[in-house]
Amino acid sequence: MDSIILTLLIFLPVFGAVAMLPAAKMVGKENPNIFKWIAIVITGLQLVLAIVLYMGFDPTLSVSASPYTVQLDWIKHFNIQYFVGVDGLSMPMVLLTALLSFLSIGISWNITKQPLGYFALFLLLDAGMMGVFLSMDFFLFYIFWEVMLLPMYFLIGMWGGPQRHYAAIKFFLFTLFGSVLMLLGMLALYFYSDPHTFNLITLIQTASSIDATLWGMDMRYLIWFALFIGFAIKVPIFPFHTWLPLAHVEAPTAISVILAGVLLKMGTYGLLRISYPLLPGEVINFAYILAFLGVINILWGAVNAIAQIDMKKMIAYSSVSHMGYVLLGMAAVVSTNEGGAQAGLNGAVMQMFNHGTITAMLFMLVGVIYEKAHHRWIFYPDDYKDSALAGKPGFGGIGAQMPVFTAFVAFAFFAGLGLPALSGFISEALCFIGGFSVFRTLTIIGTLGILLNAIYFLRAYQHVFLGPLNEKYKDYTDMSAMDIAIVVPLAAIILFLGVYPAPLVDMIAPSLDALIQTIQSAF
Amino acid sequence: MDNSTLFALLILFLPFTAFLYQLFFGNKLGPQTHFVSLGIMAVVLALSLGFFFQLFDYHLTDPILDVSGEWFSTGAFTLELGFYIDKVTVIMLMVVSLISFLVHLYSTAYMKDDSRYSRYFSFLGLFTFSMNGIVLSNSLIMMYLFWELVGLSSYLLIGFWFEKNSAANACKKAFLTNRVGDIGMFIGMLLIFFTVGTFSINGITDAVASGAFEGNMQLLSIAGILVFMGAVGKSAQFPLHIWLPDAMEGPTPVSALIHAATMVAAGVYMTVRIFPFLTPDALQFVAVIGGITALGAAIIAITQMDIKAVLAYSTISQLGYMIMALGVGAYQAGFFHLVTHAMFKACLFLCSGSVIHAMHHSLHHLDDHHTDPQDMSNMGGLRSKMPITYTAMLISTLAISGVPFFSGFLSKDAILAGTLSYYHAHHGWTIFLPIAGFGAAMMTAFYMFRLIFKTFHGDPNKKVIHEHIHESPLAMTAPLIILSVLSLAVVFTLPYINPLDGYGWLTHAVGTGVHVAGLDMNHVNEGIHHAHYDAMNISLIVVIIGILVSSLFYFFKKINVEKLAGVMNLIGLYSLSKNKFYIDTIYNTLLYKPFMWFSKLASIIDWDIYDQKIVDAWGWITIKISVKSGEADYNWLDQKIVDGFGKFANYFGNELRATQSGVVQNYLMGGIVGLVAIILIFQQF
Amino acid sequence: MNSLESYLVISSILFSLGIFGIVTRRNAIAILMGIELILNSANINFVAFNRFGGMQKLDGHIFTIFVIVLAAAEAAVALAIIINLFKNAGSVDVDEANTLKG
Repeated sequence: MDSIILTLLIFLPVFGAVAMLPAAKMVGKENPNIFKWIAIVITGLQLVLAIVLYMGFDPTLSVSASPYTVQLDWIKHFNIQYFVGVDGLSMPMVLLTALLSFLSIGISWNITKQPLGYFALFLLLDAGMMGVFLSMDFFLFYIFWEVMLLPMYFLIGMWGGPQRHYAAIKFFLFTLFGSVLMLLGMLALYFYSDPHTFNLITLIQTASSIDATLWGMDMRYLIWFALFIGFAIKVPIFPFHTWLPLAHVEAPTAISVILAGVLLKMGTYGLLRISYPLLPGEVINFAYILAFLGVINILWGAVNAIAQIDMKKMIAYSSVSHMGYVLLGMAAVVSTNEGGAQAGLNGAVMQMFNHGTITAMLFMLVGVIYEKAHHRWIFYPDDYKDSALAGKPGFGGIGAQMPVFTAFVAFAFFAGLGLPALSGFISEALCFIGGFSVFRTLTIIGTLGILLNAIYFLRAYQHVFLGPLNEKYKDYTDMSAMDIAIVVPLAAIILFLGVYPAPLVDMIAPSLDALIQTIQSAF
Repeated sequence: MDNSTLFALLILFLPFTAFLYQLFFGNKLGPQTHFVSLGIMAVVLALSLGFFFQLFDYHLTDPILDVSGEWFSTGAFTLELGFYIDKVTVIMLMVVSLISFLVHLYSTAYMKDDSRYSRYFSFLGLFTFSMNGIVLSNSLIMMYLFWELVGLSSYLLIGFWFEKNSAANACKKAFLTNRVGDIGMFIGMLLIFFTVGTFSINGITDAVASGAFEGNMQLLSIAGILVFMGAVGKSAQFPLHIWLPDAMEGPTPVSALIHAATMVAAGVYMTVRIFPFLTPDALQFVAVIGGITALGAAIIAITQMDIKAVLAYSTISQLGYMIMALGVGAYQAGFFHLVTHAMFKACLFLCSGSVIHAMHHSLHHLDDHHTDPQDMSNMGGLRSKMPITYTAMLISTLAISGVPFFSGFLSKDAILAGTLSYYHAHHGWTIFLPIAGFGAAMMTAFYMFRLIFKTFHGDPNKKVIHEHIHESPLAMTAPLIILSVLSLAVVFTLPYINPLDGYGWLTHAVGTGVHVAGLDMNHVNEGIHHAHYDAMNISLIVVIIGILVSSLFYFFKKINVEKLAGVMNLIGLYSLSKNKFYIDTIYNTLLYKPFMWFSKLASIIDWDIYDQKIVDAWGWITIKISVKSGEADYNWLDQKIVDGFGKFANYFGNELRATQSGVVQNYLMGGIVGLVAIILIFQQF
Repeated sequence: MNSLESYLVISSILFSLGIFGIVTRRNAIAILMGIELILNSANINFVAFNRFGGMQKLDGHIFTIFVIVLAAAEAAVALAIIINLFKNAGSVDVDEANTLKG
């Protein structure tokens, strides 16, 4: 079981997607629900497998020593292997992916347009995501990275909002641009390392001794830069962030959840898995810039979010802001204060997980009101097509009509603004603590984010849920049982980790400590 | 686990269970649901009393409890949570538990017919849990955690009647203003942590005492001031005081509990706890903030007409007193005033609630939904109708004004002595502090009695309303009686009964303060002692003046207040006071509006300019290049060059066709000529 | 007529006349006559070389007899082709037979 569980995690969704074809042939016409049932069973199985993996996971074992690692020759001539493994960095990501995929199928339960395509593409996306987090061979990593792109294009472009075509193609091309640069970096690593290999574990040893120049610049720096741009677009780091609000707003709810919850983490995961261990010298040189970009993300994302009148766009910009915390924590890895470095890096990875759950909850809840009201405007835009509504509040006083929904939204908003006793606070605080140990002034500027994040969440909450009840909504029913069933696991995790974060910390700390050692040994 | 830890855990978590119960199961018992909360609060009160009685035990260990356990650890970085209970903690716990219990009891009548009754008690439970958390914390990070939770509880309770836009605005304002202070607190905490290595308050104190900031006292000052910013936000000190008057949108029992007695006192409590390592420079800053707040708020309170607004500004002013006390080193006095203030302020608010409740009922009777039940100009002459409320309110007013035989006199006196002594030590501009102190004391007496006279004395302003006024039920008057008794001086001077000397069980328990950052507490306390009689005399004089002037204006009505206000307004004083020094307007114009404009601008830059023009420009360029290259490829490469070859071949072909005449003889001729030519050529070689 | 050269001159004159005839005459039969002239000039060459040395025994004369036979056979075939041409084209004018013109 040990040796196949990772392979199962990756390929079970592929099997599911493929199985939909005969299912379509046989029962598709009379029973279009078969596709979502296949999808939920597969993702449910995947979630169970992920939990089983977690149960048996020993965080102190590195990938080479772990019993779950699978390393088989694939394309021998180029030294490409099917090398999958799990360590402290990927474990929470695997759990997050499995959980969010499962919940997203629940959110997509009412898709009626071409369900076969939707669920099959979703499962392929799921497989791609899993593959990225589990790959230990760069080539394999790149394949799964690209596998994610195409289903996303279709999922946004076919099942999305009014501007979906524009959003899909923009997302696709923007990310592809980054992927191409990543490809360059990958090939450079292959050709300049000795022996030529894509194996990430081997490259940790060999990559730092790459000693070549190109166009007068150090090759290691060029590789770092190429990889950084590739990952930066995914995070997204200012100024490569503009695809995010568009993609999030136009994507269907479940896809927004996956996009914000998992895909965004791939950028930082890539940095931590590939750039950090392989090019520690470059990390040290670049750390200040990384922290600087992180603080820009925090502030720019939050300031933009305050100005938004579409709730989903507001949450999209809040994601930009929250990823800024991750960057700040990641930059702290160069701290000479060991506690600070650990706090920062652990905070960053925790923030990746916590933000995944929190933002998933946020998007899901916005989706609920969108289903009912068919708009997400906090205020109608000034140039709205119906001039009677232009500039007016979109909602108002929903709290009186839908108390359960409001309670969950309040929970999610307060989690998003980092209220203690909810998981967001701990990861944010740790990122600040880590950042403060190295970049004092930058971090102090960044703490302004504590206030800014509260402003837009509370403002939106006030205009939508408080105040007198807007007459238009006086017949609205509260959340359905299905909606509640989807949100409750997320809320439970957020609360649990806010009060007792030790399980998550223990999961990731040993691997991250090893990473810190690797980087600090390059001083 | 020993008993103390168990009791501490229960005191902390029992209110939380009340919160959960009322939230999820509150509807089970309907209007009787308050018994669950009351029961839980009674247990908490009993447990607090259990700790409290230990104060009188001569075999008392100090501290009573000091435990901590690991919350989580990354290896080199560990965060711990724990309880620290010393005598100050015990007294604070007592205050919180008692007032919380009394407010719970009071609310059973005040909130009786509210549609969200169980939710109200749920939030009260959440608040008590969070407040106890602050009190019991042993570290700054744990305090910060519960600090924010208290902010959440305040948000939920201020916005309890959220259908009103004013309430929705107020709760958001409160939370955000607090957050500003919290940022300062967080940064200060980090500064200290990275020098000392721990968040634990005792740990920090010990480290500072053993010279962790040797040669770097400025850093400690800055850190101390930053941590104090949290108190500025939470305790509504200038310039973050703006949220407290708006917080009056919440139900009055909430105002009594949170915005008078406990939550706002959390800031003072925190300052008390960090007092040992606040440097003299930091303490001076603290004192000045306290002084400004005390005086400014008192000035504003003079002209307010809403009964709760007067009390709100009075609270801000009194908190300023406490902060100022700590700033001048009068550690004991500051905490003393916190306790006495909690009692009489809660009593004042609950009394005002009683009045508002009665006004509400009367207006409801008259089916009048427009008149403001909180506006004093609709009151007058209520004394005959609400005797218990009146008596309780009078007692509390005497306490807050600093009249002898009441608790306020003792605590205020000590503070004023502190300010005088500080001036004697520092001279110069620090005279502002005693001026602020005594000035505010005079104004306090003035406006509090103004409140009493306007509300309870004289002829009713609206006779119709006055007729239907009646006294409040027992659930509401019982807490009033208890609290007014607790506003008597003798309660705090036990076992002594000298009404002019504050020495008693409380001052004995609190002690004279520990300081490790450069202040010699013995010296300070000596100074206070010396200034004691001067302070007492001056304070008696100002109190008498204040009450006298107030009676002249409002009781005997000898002076026409409108005219006086008009005179004052010639130099703008009246408007300045009535409009709260225009601070809200200033913040709006200088902060909120520009910031929202900037935010809108950022959004336009980010989306309309950067994304649509610059990022999409890459797409536009690519398409243009692609079209041009497509043109070039087709029109030039294909049509001209590739087809050119064809045309060339075609031309030659056409020309060569002429040789194919079809006549055999021509072919033969060609062959012969060619043969001859080849022979001739080969001859050459 | 005692030297070889005279016979070679005669045969080359005959050859040229023959070429001239082929190249310039329009009548197919006239072209045939030209071809006969060419063949006969070759015959004269063979006999002359045999008579004045340069060939073994009677090889030249044998070649001549072969050529006469072949000329006769070729004339027969050529005349058959010309008769066919006359049947299809209506005349024996070779300028008219230009259907292979390019």
